Amino acid sequence: MSRESSDQNVLTVEHLQMQFATRHGVLKAVDDVSFSVRRGEILGIVGESGSGKSMTAYSIMRLVDAPGEIVGGQVLLNGQNLLDLTEEQMRRVRGKRIAMIFQDPMMTLNPVLRIDTQMIEAVRAHQSVGKAQARVLARDALARVGMSAPDERLLAYPHQLSGGMRQRVAIAIALLNQPELIICDEPTTALDVTIQGQILQEMQMLCRESGTALVWITHDLAVVAGFADKVCVMYGGKVVESGDVQQVLEQPRHPYTGGLIASSPSRNKRGQPLRQIAGAMPSLAELPSGCPFRTRCPHATAICATMPPVDVQGRHMWRCFHPLQQTTGVTHG
Amino acid sequence: MDKPLLLELREVSKRFAQPADVVDRFVRRLRRQAQATKAVLAVDRVSLSIRRGEVVGLVGESGSGKSTLGRIAAGLHVPSSGIRRWKGEDLDRMHAAERRRKQLGIQMIFQDPYASLNPRLRVRDIVGEAPVAHRMIETTRQTEFVADLLQRVGLDAHLAQRFPHQFSGGQRARIGIARALAVQPELLICDEAVAALDVSIQAQVLNLFMQLRDELQLTYLFISHDLGVVQHIADRVLVMYLGRIVESASTEELFARPHHPYTIALLAAAPTLDVKKIDFHPLRGEMPSPLQMSAGCGFHPRCPHAMPVCRERVPDFKEIAPGHFSACHLDDPR
Repeated sequence: MSRESSDQNVLTVEHLQMQFATRHGVLKAVDDVSFSVRRGEILGIVGESGSGKSMTAYSIMRLVDAPGEIVGGQVLLNGQNLLDLTEEQMRRVRGKRIAMIFQDPMMTLNPVLRIDTQMIEAVRAHQSVGKAQARVLARDALARVGMSAPDERLLAYPHQLSGGMRQRVAIAIALLNQPELIICDEPTTALDVTIQGQILQEMQMLCRESGTALVWITHDLAVVAGFADKVCVMYGGKVVESGDVQQVLEQPRHPYTGGLIASSPSRNKRGQPLRQIAGAMPSLAELPSGCPFRTRCPHATAICATMPPVDVQGRHMWRCFHPLQQTTGVTHG
Repeated sequence: MDKPLLLELREVSKRFAQPADVVDRFVRRLRRQAQATKAVLAVDRVSLSIRRGEVVGLVGESGSGKSTLGRIAAGLHVPSSGIRRWKGEDLDRMHAAERRRKQLGIQMIFQDPYASLNPRLRVRDIVGEAPVAHRMIETTRQTEFVADLLQRVGLDAHLAQRFPHQFSGGQRARIGIARALAVQPELLICDEAVAALDVSIQAQVLNLFMQLRDELQLTYLFISHDLGVVQHIADRVLVMYLGRIVESASTEELFARPHHPYTIALLAAAPTLDVKKIDFHPLRGEMPSPLQMSAGCGFHPRCPHAMPVCRERVPDFKEIAPGHFSACHLDDPR
């Protein structure tokens, strides 16, 4: 563990592997995933359902239950490998050093407790402060995420708040203990676009100000485009392409990324058929050998049955034997 | 634009009333207060006409009433007031049997491909039940009929023997489309029909909609919160907010020159694939609960241009450019 080289990185994930042992055999849900996030940086992880993006997040938090198991790799939080910690030590990391926000805020909130009870509990679980002081911290956190009348909101029950307000409470709870890293699993997917816009802007500001690193998991490339600094595109449990947002979106090299961008309605001419990716993502049990995308890929050849090597160009990484040409990128409509 | 009118809604409203519960009624009687019912005006005097061959997009956030309007159009909700005409005939003044027959021409495709298919029926029965029940085909022809339809929506005919849980989300969406097509509709109402699908599958289903439009001369009312999808597929777009239509124009016009402050904010907030840092000022606040509707324009609590008149009077829905309608007091003559 080289503390020197990674002092910039809040989170470094190296060759992470997580799998499920089922009666259909071993399913590799997270297969050799590596990425890093720096202070104040926002990393977007993009993928369709079943791509392994949520399991990557759960693996970082070590929230994987049997039959799932983390079988390899490292998760370094400011140089410390979380996979070496005991369960007791890990409990002190969750909610304190890494916070997580889910798609459904009701997964975070207890429906029968008032907001203040829940927030004070979250503060006192990790800091030795009195109830009154914890309450002040809770109130400040609510104000920071743009809640109007935070004192009144503290007395509300979750069902009295709208979906957007509940998600703000979940974000405020995540901020309570000033974590080094926040992992967000599709937090704005269920919200309206105007509310999503508000939350994206507030999260971006909070990260820049406090230096918190952010991992933002989404299925929507467009959310990442305006919001993240770096992006990882996942498919079949593997990172197939990663790099700076601009590089990846403007010069995609992996055919899957290229296909995703090309199939977006805004990149197509009105009235003409959308350029679609054929077929559907195979289930983990049916993943082909080698490149997971090869059964749907228009460029696939015999060599794709072996695992493609990682190609790197600066900070841009992709895994493909037949990368898209840089000049003929699919970027212009 | 001179194609014949297919469906016409004139000033339709839908009010959902929740009667006061027993305790509340009792307390009010003791205090000699008037009995109150909580009512939500989900759709407020909306007019809409759809011509043959058109694709009309209906855009709005959750709670705007777009799904209720879609259900009124499909005949699943009876409007509280207003007129619903199908090819010029008033649907709500017909005999029930005749109305049922005419309404077969309007079919609906729902958002959730998991919840809208009966898990205990085989695809053969999900798709084939309605045409048999309405005596459009003989029972003996059902298998053959379903096989044809499945092929039309891009599914293999032998899948007809399977149950819904054996399909992926994209395949279920196709089954939902096949079911709607089974009674040979002329108008399809798609309520967030692609919202639950993954991006790569969404493109496939949208392409199928376009292909069916050409093959079967279908007309669509396409309800969606996704502006990118509506921009791609629709000829004309209506924007709804709190039960009213606030703006309507052809798709090119609306996206090039949005006029109503709400439409402008909505377009600014929609994420696009262009790499740009968020620098817009997102709309403040949230859509108020329709239970606590304030007077005047529904958008005034969030509108950056709100004036005193906006709190008092509902703006008229007026033509601001040829074919471009908007409901905003900023356009009032001064």
